[in-house]
Amino acid sequence: MDRDLLIISTLCFLAAVVRTGVALRAGVFPPGRFNFLAIGLGLVFQTAFLSIRGHALGRCPLTNLFEVFIFLAWSVALIYMLVGPTYRLSLMGAFTAPLVVLLQGFALIAPIDVRHSVKMPANTALEFHASVSLVAYGAFALACIAGVMYLVQERQLKTHQLRSIFYHLPPLTDLFAAITRLLWWGFILYTIGIVSGFFTGRPLPRVQVVAAVGVWLLYAAILQGRYFRRIAPKRVAALCIIGFSVALTLLWGITFSAQTHSVQ
Amino acid sequence: MNLFCVGLSHHTANVETRERFAGGTRAESTLREAGCAEALVLATCNRVEVYGASEKRVSTDEIAHCLLQNREVSDRGHSEALPFYRYEAEKCVQHLFRVASGLDSMVVGETEILGQTKKAYQSARTSGAVGPCLHRLFQRAFRVAKQVRTHTEITRGSVSVGSVAVDLAQKIFGELGNCSVLILGAGETSERTARVLISRGVTDLRVSNRSNDRAQELAQRVSGQAVRFSQWPQQCCEIDILITSTSSEAPLLTPTNLGPVLAHRIDRPLFIIDIAVPRDVDPAVNEMEGVYLYDIDALRSVAEQSLAVRRQQIASAEAIIAEHVADFLEKISRELSRASRITGDPPVADSSLRATQL
Repeated sequence: MDRDLLIISTLCFLAAVVRTGVALRAGVFPPGRFNFLAIGLGLVFQTAFLSIRGHALGRCPLTNLFEVFIFLAWSVALIYMLVGPTYRLSLMGAFTAPLVVLLQGFALIAPIDVRHSVKMPANTALEFHASVSLVAYGAFALACIAGVMYLVQERQLKTHQLRSIFYHLPPLTDLFAAITRLLWWGFILYTIGIVSGFFTGRPLPRVQVVAAVGVWLLYAAILQGRYFRRIAPKRVAALCIIGFSVALTLLWGITFSAQTHSVQ
Repeated sequence: MNLFCVGLSHHTANVETRERFAGGTRAESTLREAGCAEALVLATCNRVEVYGASEKRVSTDEIAHCLLQNREVSDRGHSEALPFYRYEAEKCVQHLFRVASGLDSMVVGETEILGQTKKAYQSARTSGAVGPCLHRLFQRAFRVAKQVRTHTEITRGSVSVGSVAVDLAQKIFGELGNCSVLILGAGETSERTARVLISRGVTDLRVSNRSNDRAQELAQRVSGQAVRFSQWPQQCCEIDILITSTSSEAPLLTPTNLGPVLAHRIDRPLFIIDIAVPRDVDPAVNEMEGVYLYDIDALRSVAEQSLAVRRQQIASAEAIIAEHVADFLEKISRELSRASRITGDPPVADSSLRATQL
């Protein structure tokens, strides 16, 4: 039943992707309302899935890689719904939906929804740590998407080849402002997530701590470069993409390590 | 009721002829005196058209006569072949939908015509020249124009060099209200571009020219401030947009002299519009990070790209219009049938009647 909800949710996001693809081919971008609705609906089904799964487990549904991926996809969609309309980034939906489809599609296809035989008692602090960190990942994902949008727009302006998408993307300065805000939001949440990890009452595996601090340092470096105006906007945008790719890879490692740790 | 459109436009008549038949304040009442039950005159710089509804046919010559600005010259030009076109019923509906959507305009997809059509409709409605027939027709035309604009890219991009430059500036900086602009060279094109920028909210305008007097004159005209020519390189640290159009033989701006300036503004883009021939800015400047350089050819190329896209969209727009024409005619026909049932007249069923009896 819960997987059905997830499939429906993935189909909603897929509808936004297909619609964008068709629009791109036709060279006509319809108003972003369809994408916004499709993503909103997808988010509702995601939330329903996570809620059912959470009730079944009796804890925050972050017990395996499958749930981590879905929670991350949910964070991305949630932050898009909060950020998209506020910063007039309606086209961000066209970039957000493929990422969510990728995350959920992979989670549904790959055999990673494994229930562990050893069930540790629920720990509120640990759940808070994990969920806040993943919402921070959602903000980093959106910063990465805004970074892609920035680079697409920048490239077209440089080469003088203005395609249909150019007229629908926000101005460079607006995109850069959105990237900066998302980076700050992600960084603050991630800092809270890391700090709360030390108050779970459990020893944390060294690999997890090193990986988490590594991601934190990476984003801290990007933000200080931005704050002191040492890094040009184009490089900040590129670093957001690199940063999120690294963070996603390390997330895999952290989750894998956490699973091993919880089973032992 | 016969629905028709008689007119002349940039397709059929030169500006002199269009001026002669531009109608006047009394044109609509004259048309009604000539036998039109309803009449609306759409007069713009590119067209003069009469949309009318009448019980009996009003000839094109009679309508042309009503449109003459100066009746005294009417006899002189009576024998010449008038470049008027005439559309009846379905063709008239289709023509109006095309006009309102900007498909019949000189620059395909321009949106000014919709505003002008609305204004003409409002004026005719106020004077009582528009009745239920034209009311429904024009309301539908406004709907069609809106749909065409929303569902196609017929209005996408700008097609004039000045507007392209300003659109690009908006795509880089968003709101232009906080942007500083330096105009280098007090040429006519610079002034035109500056004026478009002012109309989009720019308030901080600086003008620099080899002749300081000319710089001050232009600065006064555009409410800006004059900057001595020797000081313009320093200004590049503060400004966001640079418009150059000097008659310098060698490039004024090169990567070598711009490099140190950019070091001070790493997080702010610089948009350079080089409309000088020969160019004032070395093309290699465009390779520098955060600099977006557009010379006259690049601006023209963007304008042409926009125009090409607009032309590609004509088919989609025509499809929307065709759908609305069919639907509009069907609705009118249904209403006529209903009315004839009530009055006991024979029903309007076949298409030949539909075409003439609107």
